[in-house]
Amino acid sequence: MAEKIKLYALTTCIHCRNTKEYLKDCGVDYDCVDVDALQGEEREKVLEEVRQVNPNCTFPTLVIDDKVIVGFRKDEIEEALKR
Amino acid sequence: MTAQELYEKLKPIQEAKGYQFNKDLEGTTLPLLEGLLVNKNRYGYMVCPCRLATGDRDKDRDIICPCEYREPDVAEYGSCYCGLYVSADWNAETVPHVYVPERRPAEKFA
Repeated sequence: MAEKIKLYALTTCIHCRNTKEYLKDCGVDYDCVDVDALQGEEREKVLEEVRQVNPNCTFPTLVIDDKVIVGFRKDEIEEALKR
Repeated sequence: MTAQELYEKLKPIQEAKGYQFNKDLEGTTLPLLEGLLVNKNRYGYMVCPCRLATGDRDKDRDIICPCEYREPDVAEYGSCYCGLYVSADWNAETVPHVYVPERRPAEKFA
């Protein structure tokens, strides 16, 4: 089972919302950061984190242990959660 | 203005240009229109709900909805990046519904 799950999302994005919904349905705990709700230095710090794993800085960006999934890709998420 | 009102206002205008709203109103179109209204309040302009805006109108110009990438994305995939605008074929399901990758150059991001 996956240990560390972190989701970088936007509150206004439907694909981010679908990702959150799917993770909830799977019953997994995860950290979530709504980047558009952040301001100033805090936002900059988180954006730096995102760029490390997704240079395009797009959302949702989902990190499951060492796997990075960009966009709401259900099959890839399911696969990564199983490992 | 509510998402429903925005929907009714934009629908004839955008259909005249050859773009339909995603037929999944409850699950996609209305929430995305709601996102546009949230961004209008935040930034003063309707920046794409699925992209991170800078708050600087000049920097965000290409992603103010309808974004500059709608035309090539709908032509290639039948849907824009966020899924708000689609082709008639996409809604009729005569073309596959695929994930639309980000066409915007990475250096334009915040």
